[in-house]
Amino acid sequence: MQLVLEKRTERSNTIALVSPLIAIGLTIVTMTILFAILGKNPFLALQAYFIAPLTDSYSLQEIAVKATPLVMIAIGLSLCYLANAWNIGAEGQFLIGAVAGSWIAVKTQGTDAGAWVLPAMLVLAAVAGALYALIPAICKVKFGASEILTSLMLVYVADLFLDYLVRGPWRDPHGFNFPTTAEFDPVATVPLLIEGGRLHLGSIIALLVVAAAAILLGRTIKGFEIRVVGAAPRAARFGGFNANQLIILTFAVSGALAGLAGIIEVAGPVGHLQPGISPGYGFTAIIVAFLGRLNPLGILIAGLFLALTFIGGEQAQIAMKIPLDVTKVFQGILLFYVLACDSLILYRFKLVVPNRQVTRGAG
Amino acid sequence: MELVEAIILSVLAASTPLLIAATGELVTERSGVLNLGVEGMMIVGAACGFGGAWLTGSIFIGALFGIIAGVLMSLIFALMALGLAVNQVATGLALTILGVGLSGLIGAGFVGERLTPAAHLHIPGLTDIPLIGRVLFGEDAFVYFSIALIIGVWWFLYRTRAGLILRACGDNHVSAHALGYPVLRIRTLAVMFGGACAGLAGAYLPLAYTPFFIPGMTAGRGWIALALVVFASWRPGRLVVGAYLFGAVTILQLHAQGWGVGIPSQFMSALPYLATVIVLVLLSRARTGGSTAPAALGTVFVPDR
Repeated sequence: MQLVLEKRTERSNTIALVSPLIAIGLTIVTMTILFAILGKNPFLALQAYFIAPLTDSYSLQEIAVKATPLVMIAIGLSLCYLANAWNIGAEGQFLIGAVAGSWIAVKTQGTDAGAWVLPAMLVLAAVAGALYALIPAICKVKFGASEILTSLMLVYVADLFLDYLVRGPWRDPHGFNFPTTAEFDPVATVPLLIEGGRLHLGSIIALLVVAAAAILLGRTIKGFEIRVVGAAPRAARFGGFNANQLIILTFAVSGALAGLAGIIEVAGPVGHLQPGISPGYGFTAIIVAFLGRLNPLGILIAGLFLALTFIGGEQAQIAMKIPLDVTKVFQGILLFYVLACDSLILYRFKLVVPNRQVTRGAG
Repeated sequence: MELVEAIILSVLAASTPLLIAATGELVTERSGVLNLGVEGMMIVGAACGFGGAWLTGSIFIGALFGIIAGVLMSLIFALMALGLAVNQVATGLALTILGVGLSGLIGAGFVGERLTPAAHLHIPGLTDIPLIGRVLFGEDAFVYFSIALIIGVWWFLYRTRAGLILRACGDNHVSAHALGYPVLRIRTLAVMFGGACAGLAGAYLPLAYTPFFIPGMTAGRGWIALALVVFASWRPGRLVVGAYLFGAVTILQLHAQGWGVGIPSQFMSALPYLATVIVLVLLSRARTGGSTAPAALGTVFVPDR
């Protein structure tokens, strides 16, 4: 007997709805086993990961703070992936946005620059992120170079460029030689929503981005074009949709969102530019996009869930000495299960008994 | 003269992991499968390779651990992309994300430990020939193996029936299936070969290149190996040229830093990545007449029954 895949006659909407939940369930089972292998009590570990962060106000705010960049980047990536354009360099666009926005903050430091500083930083970061994302998009459209590889290579370049700036020209002269800029002035800082809390204006911006994406995809012709180009390229050609133009557009939008997320992170929770401002947001956002089924509302939920794993991971490290890398393993396994479960939307398993005379043993 | 020899030796050392990983990926892609998880398989290979060598004291067993780790990782990919017909790009990315986490977890106990690096060949007389002696007769086993590997792959792909069938699967899986070839089984084997090579390439880094393990030590080499396969137009001969060229770029930036060229070190370090982008653009542009990629590369195949 043999287990084979069989294409469903139509996609299963039930599985489309429950597949992320199945994936999360399977991931938690796998993690239980992994914790046991690491010699940690799985129940305490799971509790530290998923329950403890939900029990106090500080952690809840921190989840929203971590979810902000994840959701913003993932919304942009989902547009790319829907249009079958593979931007995997969001991490680089995030860093370049952070650098470009910080430029204004660094240059206006200590001057009596007014309230225009923060808006200007946000705009410049979005523009820089978009331009940086346009490099792989144009290389793809004009020359046919794989956008996957070029966008990924540019992550390393952006990382090194940021490193150069904070160790060289932008280093804080009073920073005891640490590779960091000086703390940004109050006019160059993203305001907090609650005095003394952690939640900041960026989370509101992320919610607006989710709403805008939902309208774009659900209510506009452009959104329809994006979905058709990705799902049925041949139909899109007959419809006269310009696939290349959509690659440029989706890359630019996702770059802008990643750049915006970058400056919000730097001018918000971090407060200055330094290496290591991102624990891999640009890559985790890929998981968020898929876990959220490339759907704006789904991405919002998925972003909050993955933010929970970041915070839970930190708490589990402090409370139980569980290595931080477990969080990355968790995220990787989760993406595998999400993709595997998604396969069941289009296919189903079928047991077949080979009806040949010659049996080749149990296959 | 001493300097020229030193540069050639370091270029060979820097090129070898790229060549081994890219050779494996070339075979995988020739069977029609795009496995973007090379970086993930490499970094797990590096962690397991170091762990194996450190626990047993044998570089050979370390390399073996690296290969096994790479194969196990590639089997996850095969299960997903071939068994469950999942999008290959997304699966490859997932493999890299998982690999980075796993390697950190596996390697955590070994950070800070040092190994005696892999021994170099020494044939009295031959190795002592100035300039070419150490280059030809004084390398470690990995370097010789990488060259044997690429020649073996060339012979397999172009001179054997099995190689022809593998290429057929990569160019048109429907026809290959209609002819009665087990497309998915052949592709699984090709993916496993790619995993073995990536694992070995990763293990090379802590076993021969630098005698210790640091998290993230592959530093994008897996991705550069992927670009090399494109650079080589999926041909083994050009892969050798490409790998040594990229190795040379890596070494050039190291030496330029050493000579105190007045360029910030970060800009020099960015060179291999920028070179990859530029090369991809130039090559893709030159190839407007038609793609040289295997025609079925990256497409999902579910056999009819």
